[in-house]
Amino acid sequence: MQNPNSNRKYIIAGMVLTLTAIFIIRLFYIQIIDKSYQLSSNNNSRLRVVEYPGRGMMFDRYGKPLVYNEPVYDLLMLPQQVKAFDTLELCRILSIDIVEFRESVRKAREYSRYRQSAVVRQVSMEQFAMLSERLYKYPGFSFQIRSQRKYPQPIAPHLLGYVGEVNVEDLKKDPYYQSGDYIGKSGLEQEYEEYLRGRKGISFMLVDVHNRLQGKFENGRYDTIPEPGRKLTITIDAALQEYGEKLLAHKKGSIVAIEPSTGEILAMISSPAYDPNELVGRIRGQNFERLMNDSLNPLFNRATMSRYSPGSIFKVVQALVALQLGVIDEFYSVDCNKDIIGCHNHPNAHGLREGIQYSCNPYFYNVFRRIILQGKSTNQFKDSQIGLKIWDEMVFTFGLGQILPTDFPGIKPGLVPDGELYDKMHGANRWAFSTIYSNSIGQGEVETVPIQIANLAAIIANRGFYYVPHFIRSIEGIDTIPQKFKDPVHTAIDPKYFDIVADGMQRVVYDPGGTGWKAQVPGVIVCGKTGTVQNSGGKEDHSGFFAFAPKERPRIAIVAYVENSGAGGMYAATITSLMIEKYMNGTITQADKELSILEYQQF
Amino acid sequence: MANPRTNFIARLDWLTIIIFLLMVVFGWMNIFSATQNEGAAGSIFDFSQRYSKQFYYILTAFVIAILTLSIDGKVWSFFSFPIYGLTLLILPITILIGKEINGARAWIFIGTFSLQPAEFVKFATALALAKVLSDYNFQIHKPKNLLTVGAIIGLPILLILLQKDTGTALVFLIFVLVLFREGLSWVVLFVAALAIILFVCTMLVPLPVLLPVISAIALMITWLYQRNLKFFGYGSLILGGLFGLAALASHFLGEEWSIDRMFFIASFIAFLIWLVIIIRKKHNPLLLILFTWIGAVFFIFSVDFVFHDILQPHQQSRINTILGLESDPLGVGYNLNQSKIAIGSGGFFGKGFLQGTQTRFNFVPEQSTDFIFCTVGEEWGFLGSLFVLALFAGLILRIIVLAERQRSTFSRVYGYGLASILIFHFAINIGMTIGLVPVIGIPLPFFSYGGSSLWAFTLMLFVFLRFDTDRYQIVS
Repeated sequence: MQNPNSNRKYIIAGMVLTLTAIFIIRLFYIQIIDKSYQLSSNNNSRLRVVEYPGRGMMFDRYGKPLVYNEPVYDLLMLPQQVKAFDTLELCRILSIDIVEFRESVRKAREYSRYRQSAVVRQVSMEQFAMLSERLYKYPGFSFQIRSQRKYPQPIAPHLLGYVGEVNVEDLKKDPYYQSGDYIGKSGLEQEYEEYLRGRKGISFMLVDVHNRLQGKFENGRYDTIPEPGRKLTITIDAALQEYGEKLLAHKKGSIVAIEPSTGEILAMISSPAYDPNELVGRIRGQNFERLMNDSLNPLFNRATMSRYSPGSIFKVVQALVALQLGVIDEFYSVDCNKDIIGCHNHPNAHGLREGIQYSCNPYFYNVFRRIILQGKSTNQFKDSQIGLKIWDEMVFTFGLGQILPTDFPGIKPGLVPDGELYDKMHGANRWAFSTIYSNSIGQGEVETVPIQIANLAAIIANRGFYYVPHFIRSIEGIDTIPQKFKDPVHTAIDPKYFDIVADGMQRVVYDPGGTGWKAQVPGVIVCGKTGTVQNSGGKEDHSGFFAFAPKERPRIAIVAYVENSGAGGMYAATITSLMIEKYMNGTITQADKELSILEYQQF
Repeated sequence: MANPRTNFIARLDWLTIIIFLLMVVFGWMNIFSATQNEGAAGSIFDFSQRYSKQFYYILTAFVIAILTLSIDGKVWSFFSFPIYGLTLLILPITILIGKEINGARAWIFIGTFSLQPAEFVKFATALALAKVLSDYNFQIHKPKNLLTVGAIIGLPILLILLQKDTGTALVFLIFVLVLFREGLSWVVLFVAALAIILFVCTMLVPLPVLLPVISAIALMITWLYQRNLKFFGYGSLILGGLFGLAALASHFLGEEWSIDRMFFIASFIAFLIWLVIIIRKKHNPLLLILFTWIGAVFFIFSVDFVFHDILQPHQQSRINTILGLESDPLGVGYNLNQSKIAIGSGGFFGKGFLQGTQTRFNFVPEQSTDFIFCTVGEEWGFLGSLFVLALFAGLILRIIVLAERQRSTFSRVYGYGLASILIFHFAINIGMTIGLVPVIGIPLPFFSYGGSSLWAFTLMLFVFLRFDTDRYQIVS
């Protein structure tokens, strides 16, 4: 009997064969072509038991601890072994929110029934002790010891940086990290992560999915013991740092102080700041969010990231470049003619020293004009182009317009404008000196960050060279600091010209008509220069002051900025004075000055 | 040689029986490997271990096989409906008195022994379906008959869903294959199958590969149909040319069209050109191929579009996990991922009997039941997997051959019912262990640990073999 639909047997048989063929192809792929499954299989049957080393401590230049570790305990849960338990009691002992706890338990269950996850992080020692006694009532729960950062004094948050859990990118970048590990996220914690983290100890155990140990993998051949993080001694003077933070409290601003003879950073203060202990432990999350949303932006490190016009401070650079080029000499004088560029009332500047002393704008307008328009071309556009190129090359040697190759993450380069930039802004051959003259007095396009200005002070203090500013003094177990911090970097300016500028800067502080007399320190000769940064938008000027002291064999180069507080000779100069006195003498004799600063509060 | 017409033993289909024996024995070896680590090593005959239990289940299965062969096939035909009714009655009872395992109330416990009645409902439904379809007055496209068939298949689905055993319920959908063999319009089947295949292909194969392949297949079919190369050649030229033009256009318009888009534009214009040609030349049958082809192209693009532009990321990842494109290795995708690792780590020759770390260290859940194929893959490698695939393909094809040689419609429909159920279990179970289909908890016939499944399949198979021995009888 021939059934009418008999041919359909071929279709059904064809389906079976197709299915089988698909399975064969797939099996061929996962069993033979794709080797990753074999790797996974190896990792799968091994349990990595990790022992976390203590993170390296940091000390200031005199050996005072800045950050150390405190043991904390993560409460781990293995969902598979968990039985019904008294959630309320657990939450009470750990003083955590029951809703939040339930949520993390749910997440842990979702993550895996067969693997441990941390459900409560960073339990304190006391809570750990209390819960440990009762842990038998909570099958499936156990503790893992970790350490967390502790700051004996709440100082230097921006420069020390903070530690946080690794994110996806960290995991991708470095196979050392496992999800849940901690890593330096900013500041020196980030920069010296490699040394501070030490090395995790790892032992490999063969286990089944229920975490039942089946023995040591290859008799412990691949196991490593943990190595503690290395101790770091940094260049900071904790007392100076603390004092600077006290001075800048309730103001927006920054201070950077450098030891000119080594490039060691003595203090780096950014205000508003926060207590670094706030970004540790279980409170970290909520505090971080609060700090992120704070309109005063306390997480922002002004000392390395705030780009200001250098203002009048830049005049010393102009003077040095002009002297080196021979377009002026130390006797070069200019009448204070306010037609082209504004100025304040002061006697005419006779010679460069007075030019700096009075911070005369027309004087430096003419200095810059002589640098830019050297008459190397009859076309003034071409001439400006040539002049600017020469100027650029020299200014760059001051470490401006570039990221200082220091040991700190997230430094901004600032800006030294070049011909290319102006070509872009105005078109090629469509700009000349008259377009760019504002740079003569540190306005216009030129921008610097405070650490560059502190370095500039160091350059003048050293009469022509600098050591790259840095924080590292020594790393435990390593003999030396990087060579790049030990080699002097010379500017393109002949050392003999620096004495002229230093004289001018001394006059700024001590001579009648000088703009920075508030920077005086009893018994020390301070050389300084004001920099009042004009702000667009009608806001009060930023007050800036940079200085070094003493004039001969200088020990400190420093810059201070106080945002929206008016002229540089006011708050910034006063703060500079107090910081220099604190560093040189260890005590403050100018109580009235100190009071005036402490009483000035912006918020 | 004994005469099959007179000798019962000679009439038995020994090929099927050999495949059955190989499956059961090889299955037991894998269950042994997967479970012998669970406790202290005991004797094979000690009833505390799964492998020893399975040993007894297998012996029982042999008894069932012999008993079944000795029962006259007419009994089953005669009692089809009572058997169907009785097993269906047990289902609600299971819901009432059954014990919950993995969320499903599908088990009856008799002492320490558990039975899953739903396994036997497959057999009963196959019988009932055979009975209905073999009725002299039965015509598949009569609404009344279709309704009966729908009820016969639908009722157990409903009851098993009430047990919350979705996997087993889905098995019954495969009876549509039986209906297809018995004359159900193939358009339904074809469109559904095409949609499923295209959907999966779109997810698994990059569009720049998939689209030309689909088009090449369409052109090949045209070629086969027309039996000359003309249309195939012109067709390729037109499509290729248009694709080139689209590429040029993209280049000169300065727009960065993706290859997909160029292909889409070329396809659409080609479609219009061919449409005109075919209508003018009155090659009407080609229209079907043409529309299927353009339909497929549009379907692929809409799947791609809906997937990437409309679905939310978490929805995408669910589908991706199902398709094995993405893994959530410790969460929902745990079983699947562990299973793939186990199979994948087997390599070509496998790690050897009892040497699989993945299955023996309990990384794969349900490793002796639904995921038994993992042990095969890990310990016996690609070769062992091929062997199992060959056994299944061989068994199913053999059953189809046997079914086709039946003289009675009842036996034939029953045979196809059996083949269909095997196809479904084979496709879904192995498909899920290698990450091709979503994880649906149904056993691998004759392999997975468990008495109910083994006995039900043995019963089903040997009832059919008995029918086959009766094939020389005059159809009553």
